[in-house]
Amino acid sequence: MTFMSKMLGAAAAAALSAGAALAEPALIFDLGGKFDKSFNEAAFNGAQRWAEETGGTFLEIELQSEAQREQALRRFAEAGANPIVTMGFAMADPLSSVAPDYPDTKFAVVDVNWLDLPNVRQVSFAEHEGSYLAGMMAAMATKTGTVGFVGGMDVPLIRHFGCGYAQGVKAVNPDAKIVANMTGTTPAAWNDPVKGSEITKAQISQGADVVYAAAGGTGVGVLQTAADEGILSIGVDSNQNYLHPGQVLTSMLKRVDVAVYEAMKAGEDLETGTVVTLGLAEDGVGVAMDEYNADLVTDEMKAAVAEARQKIIDGEIEVVSYYANDSCPALSF
Amino acid sequence: MDAYLTLIQLLDSTVRLATPLLLACLAGLYSERAGIFDIGLEGKMLAAAFFSAAVASLTGSVWVGLAAGIGASLALSALHGVASITFRGNQLISGVAINFLAAGMTVLIAQDWFRQGGRTPSLMGGARFEGITLPLADTLEPVPIIGPLYAELISGHSVLVYLAFATVPFTWWLLFRTRFGLRLRAVGENPAAVDTAGVSVVGLRYAAVAICGVLCGIAGAYLSTALQAGFVKDMSAGRGFIALAALIFAKWRPWYALWATLLFGLFGALETRPDVIEAAIGLKVQGQLLGALPYLMTVIILAGFVGKAIPPRAGGEPYVKER
Repeated sequence: MTFMSKMLGAAAAAALSAGAALAEPALIFDLGGKFDKSFNEAAFNGAQRWAEETGGTFLEIELQSEAQREQALRRFAEAGANPIVTMGFAMADPLSSVAPDYPDTKFAVVDVNWLDLPNVRQVSFAEHEGSYLAGMMAAMATKTGTVGFVGGMDVPLIRHFGCGYAQGVKAVNPDAKIVANMTGTTPAAWNDPVKGSEITKAQISQGADVVYAAAGGTGVGVLQTAADEGILSIGVDSNQNYLHPGQVLTSMLKRVDVAVYEAMKAGEDLETGTVVTLGLAEDGVGVAMDEYNADLVTDEMKAAVAEARQKIIDGEIEVVSYYANDSCPALSF
Repeated sequence: MDAYLTLIQLLDSTVRLATPLLLACLAGLYSERAGIFDIGLEGKMLAAAFFSAAVASLTGSVWVGLAAGIGASLALSALHGVASITFRGNQLISGVAINFLAAGMTVLIAQDWFRQGGRTPSLMGGARFEGITLPLADTLEPVPIIGPLYAELISGHSVLVYLAFATVPFTWWLLFRTRFGLRLRAVGENPAAVDTAGVSVVGLRYAAVAICGVLCGIAGAYLSTALQAGFVKDMSAGRGFIALAALIFAKWRPWYALWATLLFGLFGALETRPDVIEAAIGLKVQGQLLGALPYLMTVIILAGFVGKAIPPRAGGEPYVKER
């Protein structure tokens, strides 16, 4: 009996202290998986940085199917995780149904900016601005005057990438030809490197000698084939220059890691009900320059990119967003 | 001449895309002809893709990798065999289980071995199947018409492609010209008759499932060590299911399987070249339509509009000697 009451007491104390401790943040990865060397991996790196700096721990899940989105959100919310950081545009609908049920829990979502929920912080990136710079570099690096774009799943977000890229290419060389392909229309398109390779080969046969991959795991096949065939490629989201040193022209960085890090750092004081857009001015997007692509990037390119970056920030150059009217002035998909 | 070169490139891409489908389709053909339905082709391919890339990366030899891939696929085949032949379980459920098992297991083991997040490191040099340049390819290249055809389309593929195409006549010969083939087909139509003749139904079905495992293993190895330089999670991307569709489309016949998979491969190749379709027919066709065509055509065949696809009669049913 005494043992029993001790046990109960201990359990009660544990429950109390758990309640007093700060809630753990949670991170929900999108279907590409935690180590896609791209979008989700950037999120993981941000969370990891937070964990190392604060000594805290976070809950995480890699989604395996569409059906798990809402389930994972509810599970974390029920477990008391706060804030819950989610990745990807596909979380918008699950969030709209789950977030109102947990008004005291704070959510953050990356790549969504159209919801109206008081306890959700929406973070979107001006991918078209970063892609514009990547497009400029592609147009300056190409010898054939033809550049390629390989998208993953055909969704507005990926068209948004392609649209900014095309505008950048046209800004440098109005006569340049842009060959754009999407890998598919289902989530399998994020993990089909074989098809990514075939698309790259098809684009090479159409004359492309710089290919920009915005395609998650499929991009691994694009970068590999580009390296095998001796043309240049451009990585996306995370810095992918190191994958094939000297053969990846640059990577369009999307600082998802910063967004996740800041959300976790803010913790329960996370400012919600807002839409935050991270662009060139906030260093939310940009092009990667490091030792792996130093030989490929000329001083002329650097100067042009720096100038364009400043002009976009100052509003002198306006990069049209695909979302503005669901079409692209420089490229038809 | 430009149009001709484009056509050659398109067909070249067709061959690359059709090869894994062809191998998986023939794998399914052996299994289903013996009365064992196998929707686990996808899972076996995926497991083989992982193990061949992983072992090739660890040993530096693509041939050891290929053997490991075939071994992994055979192990899953054995599982399917035990569940559906020995224990007379439901073949479809066993197949689904294999698909899930492979999808989870590959990423888990990859993460444990390589710590690169469910991938294998990129394969270099001897850890990869390189294209083979056939004799005289360079000499013949300047010859008009035949030169590009030989140098671009026929030469330059990896050895697994030639193996896959050689498997078609071999399968035809084995199934339709040998005693083993006759029995294998009989066991899928009327196992009781085979049993009455004193031939082991269980033995034949295991043999068929094992051949299926070997072929799926080669298909998987082709994906990760010939087409790609490493494994990425879920990289089979539904090819096992398209192979099943091709098998129905081919009405369970080896030569038809070749044409069906080449056709499906051509759809895949055309999907990457929307400009070619536009130039050829003057209409802008959505790539999605081409991606869906294999499935659409299978449905049409199954509905009996174009000929009729009749599966082996004893397919899907475990053989029970006496009740």
